Amino acid sequence: MTGTGRGDRAFVIALALIGGVYVFLIVALVVAQAMYTTPGTVWESLGSGAVRYAIQLSLISSTLTAILSVWVAVPLGYLLSRSAFPGKRLLEAVIDIPIILPPLVIGLGLLILFQTAPGRLLQRIIPVTYEVPSVILAQFMVSCAFAARTMRVAFDEISPRSEQVAMTLGCTRAQAFWRVTLPEAGGGILAAATLAWARALGEFGPILVFSGATRMKTEVLSTTVFLELSIGNLEAAVAVSLLMVGMAVAVLIVARSFGAGGSLGRAVGA
Amino acid sequence: MIALESVSVSAGAFRLEGVSLSVPAGGYGVLMGKTGCGKTTLLEAACGLRPVTSGRVVLGGRDATALAPADRGGGYVPQDRALFRTMTVRGHLEFSPVARRWKKEDVARRVDELARLLGIVPLLERRPAGLSGGEAQRVALGRALAARPGVLLLDEPLTALDDETREEMVALLRSVRKATGVTVLHVTHSREEARRLADRVFLVQSGTLREVPLRDLEVAFAEGRP
Repeated sequence: MTGTGRGDRAFVIALALIGGVYVFLIVALVVAQAMYTTPGTVWESLGSGAVRYAIQLSLISSTLTAILSVWVAVPLGYLLSRSAFPGKRLLEAVIDIPIILPPLVIGLGLLILFQTAPGRLLQRIIPVTYEVPSVILAQFMVSCAFAARTMRVAFDEISPRSEQVAMTLGCTRAQAFWRVTLPEAGGGILAAATLAWARALGEFGPILVFSGATRMKTEVLSTTVFLELSIGNLEAAVAVSLLMVGMAVAVLIVARSFGAGGSLGRAVGA
Repeated sequence: MIALESVSVSAGAFRLEGVSLSVPAGGYGVLMGKTGCGKTTLLEAACGLRPVTSGRVVLGGRDATALAPADRGGGYVPQDRALFRTMTVRGHLEFSPVARRWKKEDVARRVDELARLLGIVPLLERRPAGLSGGEAQRVALGRALAARPGVLLLDEPLTALDDETREEMVALLRSVRKATGVTVLHVTHSREEARRLADRVFLVQSGTLREVPLRDLEVAFAEGRP
């Protein structure tokens, strides 16, 4: 932006001031947490067995959630982007439900779903409620909605023309998708995976309701923050919070360095 | 040969009804008309990318009306070229022969032969992002010709090229035709291109399609109207 006149400069400064308040708040709350504790305290908190278990479960469950979300979001995003069918608008609204609903309500819905007859039947084979699979399912329910939005935007940005040309060159539609469209959607897939991973890492409400907050069993990092806060151990809560900030920032940096930043921004704003 | 027999197509509110044209085997047909008159829609119908509501599409002597785009045996170059962003130029040339399950050594031989015919040997390992307009057009042409199609369908192949590159491309299209014997249908709004390349010219105007004898096209040029 180049503002040459005095009026132009005042306008840009006004915009920057308004936006700056928000940016300042983000940075201030991270810095405030960092100042509250010392590296020694953080290190000490991270040494506890419960926290180490929570770190492990958070990393594994978020990664599995990200993989599952991309696996579902790619076909869903492609269909929404390329096909016209009756009920498409309704389908789009349904996919947005997990984004709009209060997280606790999603957890409650899952809890009740798994107490119905088919749910109980399934639980005889794989126990879900209050067990580790419930953590992944709770994360997946929300993360996948964000991943599907991201993939839809990614496919919208790829011209269907390349795929059509591939079909004239001897490909079926499926082959054209695998050979041409999917490789071109690589940045979008990475963006979707990153967003799903970050959402999963921060998920708390549905996990609390659907998985409980049992130490060394269904405790993820967000649960740790809650548990430590509830017993008044603010130092440990802050230490784990900082760890989560670090992990989220690291994933964002990696994604942006692979060029996923653009799609990520557009998808979240979609 | 390429023939459209009483073909009707529609695209949104736009319709073309009962139009026919025929380019004999090895011929060079140019389909002309103003922007938005339906030239591209007709070309897409010939490729199988747009269904015809009635009539027949005949490609290489075969009724292709009900065939999938992959089975029509036509090489298609769209106006925006639609190169594959993640693939090298070599990948583009290999694409169709690989999709049609050619033997590995045949694919390699074909890539070599085409790259030399089109003058793109130094570009083989490059990706589309850095190519000039003329280079990209050569790659799109090579991709379309790779599996030795009987017919070549070109949508505004010389538009958006500078004068010098356009001259090169005209010469290239002539030599490709001579070397491969392919039947061409070339869509354009330029009478100059028609004059220099065509042996049959078809004009789409106000929802109808008619053949214009080349001789009359010259007269029309002199009078400054199509």
